Amino acid sequence: MASDVEQWKDELYGTDIRAEIERFAEEGWDAIPDDEHDAWFERFKWYGLYHQRAGQESYFMMRIGPPGGVLEPGQFRQIVEIADDFSRGPAENPEFGNGWIDVTTRQAIQLHWIRLEDVPEIFDRLEEVGLSTVQACGDSWRNIVGCPVAGKDKHEHVDADALATELHDTFKENEAHSNLPRKWKVSVTGCDEGCGQGDINDLAFEPAEKEIDGETVTGYNVRVGGGLSRNEPRFARNIDVFATPEQAVDVAGGISALFRDNGDRENRYNARIKFLVDEWGPEKLRETLQEEYVDFELETAGDDLRESYSYNAGEADGKHDHVGVHEQVDGNYYVGLNVLVGRIGVDEGYELADAADEYGSGEVRLTQRQNIIFTDVDEESVDDLREVPVLEKYSPDPHPFQRGSIACTGTEFCSLSIVETKNRQVRYARWLKENVELPEGVENFHIHLSGCTASCAQPQIADVSLRGMKTRKDGEPVEALDIGLGGGLGEEPQFASWIAERIPADEVPGAIANLLENFDEARDSEAQSFREFVADRDDEELADLIEPEETDYDDPFMHNTKRTWYPYAEDDDLDSSPAPAKADGTPIPSDD
Amino acid sequence: MTIAVRTLDDGAWISVNDSRQVSVSDVWTLSHGSFCECEPAYVLLEGFFGVDVSGSVVVADTVGRCLECGTQDSIERLPVGRVVDGEFKPYSPEGVQSIVEPGAETD
Ligand code: HEM
Ligand code: SF4
Ligand SMILES: [Zn+2]
Repeated sequence: MASDVEQWKDELYGTDIRAEIERFAEEGWDAIPDDEHDAWFERFKWYGLYHQRAGQESYFMMRIGPPGGVLEPGQFRQIVEIADDFSRGPAENPEFGNGWIDVTTRQAIQLHWIRLEDVPEIFDRLEEVGLSTVQACGDSWRNIVGCPVAGKDKHEHVDADALATELHDTFKENEAHSNLPRKWKVSVTGCDEGCGQGDINDLAFEPAEKEIDGETVTGYNVRVGGGLSRNEPRFARNIDVFATPEQAVDVAGGISALFRDNGDRENRYNARIKFLVDEWGPEKLRETLQEEYVDFELETAGDDLRESYSYNAGEADGKHDHVGVHEQVDGNYYVGLNVLVGRIGVDEGYELADAADEYGSGEVRLTQRQNIIFTDVDEESVDDLREVPVLEKYSPDPHPFQRGSIACTGTEFCSLSIVETKNRQVRYARWLKENVELPEGVENFHIHLSGCTASCAQPQIADVSLRGMKTRKDGEPVEALDIGLGGGLGEEPQFASWIAERIPADEVPGAIANLLENFDEARDSEAQSFREFVADRDDEELADLIEPEETDYDDPFMHNTKRTWYPYAEDDDLDSSPAPAKADGTPIPSDD
Repeated sequence: MTIAVRTLDDGAWISVNDSRQVSVSDVWTLSHGSFCECEPAYVLLEGFFGVDVSGSVVVADTVGRCLECGTQDSIERLPVGRVVDGEFKPYSPEGVQSIVEPGAETD
């Protein structure tokens, strides 16, 4: 039997949802019939609206997905203004205040505490500057990720931005592709450093070269079926197809249609294309694509550039992220700024927008490491830009522990989360910076924290992988983390294996400190990277090197943060929740 | 009256009559040693993959992990609450739960 979600989608989905959102916004939250909540909230996702978790009813998360993470001049400021006007919660967050934007690991922006009543105006303001929330969530083409410095970077091989934009323009609001069995994540990489992270996407275009009719053509190799979620991580598989830039959109459309027709609509847990690739194998996928979904002869794969991939790769030479000052092909510079766990307060957001306008072109680009990049800064302005006060916090030269930190949304807003994440990760990074000396030669050290196995923070491809768990400590259930080691992308990507499980969250900084000390003592030489060191050892050996312990690190979130309406509220009890609320924030009394 | 039950948001919730009632990532106390050897077992529910109504009792298929011994396994038909006069009353995760469905409940 088709799932409820499939039935709701059959009844009404895609662009038809817009008018209904406008109607509910006009009439108010209460106008959504009680017995249709599940159906409407599922549909709203197609327009980038995600109902927040229990205790926060009537408030929404809104996601905005610019292709390749490129926010054109003016767009970033507009988003900050929208956050300033509409993204305010009933309580403060102790690290971040009230009013911020989140930069996500798929180069999108997330706003929280959005009220349905404000959505039409927000849509208008986004459209004014050419932005949209269409298909940011839901079962269709999500934000297309890719090299955030496409068109600017010296490592570029083929123009990823052109293809990302073309895919975006073709497959957003495209009737034939708007209702897929599950989310559809596409990545376009154009550089030899691999910063599109294609390996963990449903569909990946990766730079390659191919001899066709005696001529060397630059284009893309195609991989299918990557993804990290659900304890079932997969790297995208090589389907032995090379696409010229002219063919790429047709190949993408063919694979999307193949997924539309063959993905599992009975069982949502089995619906992602990674499971279809498991079942069919890459050969059958290629055959079916050739026979039924494209009308030209597919080329076999060309020569790729994976050998030089360095992004998030742990050991390789080359860039591991985009932080810092880097020369562009045109002689100007791009400046990557570190954003701790991806969150930017609105006041600082204005200052950043001003700086991007004054010293660069005003463009602000978003990276898959939750950071931002100013482009087109001329050589003379680089030093002036560095002096701007807001860059002390959003630094082009951050401490490695802060630079390497990624955290997902967590119990603050997310239904699935087991633990608090963002505030905790900020506190971890701060403690590590103050208390732990990085071993000689270690300049990049990535710690990714995800609240659950959905893996939004991409924990399996970090030096230290952290994943939300619970344990019992002194007889009480407390928030805990599993610790994984050995993950990273690069030529030979590898998922972390989970070495130490259910470590109380307040013992994790101590565990990382001890691990690094043990690494420093036991490694062959200063030339051995952490990833190499881990690859050389089996799980048992590694487990001995992680020695969890309490330190002077203090963790205010050990209790069940999920069982609060907001983990940081003074009175955080679920029964004290001010939600659901009317448009002006006054609580709506429940009738029972 | 009919009771509409379903899992939502990738197994994050059990929805009863369009209201999100039972959430994943709570720790349930299970007796009878049928999940693992621990007695009682403190089991973190990691996701719901099915839900059904048995008489007035809402039962969920779920995946959990024991916080003591680390056993990870699925649990079929875990009673998570019951409907009384049309209103859902969740069972408390902290209360010791038999993971065997109460057979007599067929009203
Ligand atoms: C049913 C609930 C949710 C599920 C099942 C879910 C699942 C996922 C998965 C699987 C990924 C990407 C991992 C991959 O396959 O590569 C992801 C990305 C992400 N999710 Fe969720 N998520 C949920 C709810 C939320 C909520 C409520 C928020 C925030 C309020 C959130 C925030 C994010 C973020 C920030 C990302 C990173 C990338 C992006 O921009 O798409 N998630 N989610
Ligand atoms: S990893 Fe889990 S907890 Fe974190 S945002 Fe994703 S779904 Fe939520
Ligand atoms: Zn046990």
